[in-house]
Amino acid sequence: MPTKEEIFEKVQNALVDALGVDEEEVKPEATLVGDLGAESIDFLDIQFRLEKAFNIKIPRDELLPQDVLTNAQYVQDGRVTEAGLAELRRRMPWANLDRFAANPKVQDFTNALTVEDLCRFVETKVGAAA
Amino acid sequence: MRWYWIDRFIEFESGRLARAIKNISLAEEYLHDHFPGYAVMPNSLVMEGMAQTGGLLVCEYGRFREKVVLAKAPRVVFHLPALPGDTLVYTARIEYLREDGAMVSVTSHRGGELQAEGELVFAHLNGEHQDKVLFEPSAYLRMMRMLRAYEVGHGPDGTPLRVPEELLRAAARK
Repeated sequence: MPTKEEIFEKVQNALVDALGVDEEEVKPEATLVGDLGAESIDFLDIQFRLEKAFNIKIPRDELLPQDVLTNAQYVQDGRVTEAGLAELRRRMPWANLDRFAANPKVQDFTNALTVEDLCRFVETKVGAAA
Repeated sequence: MRWYWIDRFIEFESGRLARAIKNISLAEEYLHDHFPGYAVMPNSLVMEGMAQTGGLLVCEYGRFREKVVLAKAPRVVFHLPALPGDTLVYTARIEYLREDGAMVSVTSHRGGELQAEGELVFAHLNGEHQDKVLFEPSAYLRMMRMLRAYEVGHGPDGTPLRVPEELLRAAARK
């Protein structure tokens, strides 16, 4: 079982390779989109690298639940509804969505995710030693 | 593929590896201006050739059902110029395959020397692009035959590469 430090290190490597950023830029609090410049297609690349690095499978919509974000039941006028937020929190217990929830525009969703969230996501997939 | 930046496949193992060659000739018009007095194949076209090699490898593995597009090139490094008279050998290896795309490592060799190398990410178009037609089945069939993929290709068990039945049927309907 990898330690949290080992998980962070591998996540950091994956982001450096996928996004062409410097290692020092990949801090736990850095947002993937705003701070590290990730674009939508980069998430596919990041998923490839995480699957390979940790020998895990990341099904479509698990890291980014596009099915929720494009569901009229959960989105109105470009904003995620309360029910949508509840669904996102249920599906993504590893993500801190408080900041996003304050102004839940769908277009800003990917910018809510941080490096720390990504590490917690991996922890849920592999389990992590303290 | 609307333009061809590989001449033919010389090796094609379904789901694993494809190798193609590109003969560079001064008869190719783009070389006359790139650059006047010093003809050199643009790196972007070398990358296109490597992407076509890898892209068709990914397409074939999915039996041409997926709409495969080059999504990004996380890393491409060029070591040597590609000049008229050179034969480039492009090799594409599938590193990773998922239902929504693939990662392929690519190299270009010039007379045994590493000319370029990199990683390419291909995405399978879906969602709002689901109904978009990138290529007709007949176009895939023509491309693969013209590039001699079915002459040199084989499956992981060594059996000759076959045209998928559904591709033949779809091409016949057009």
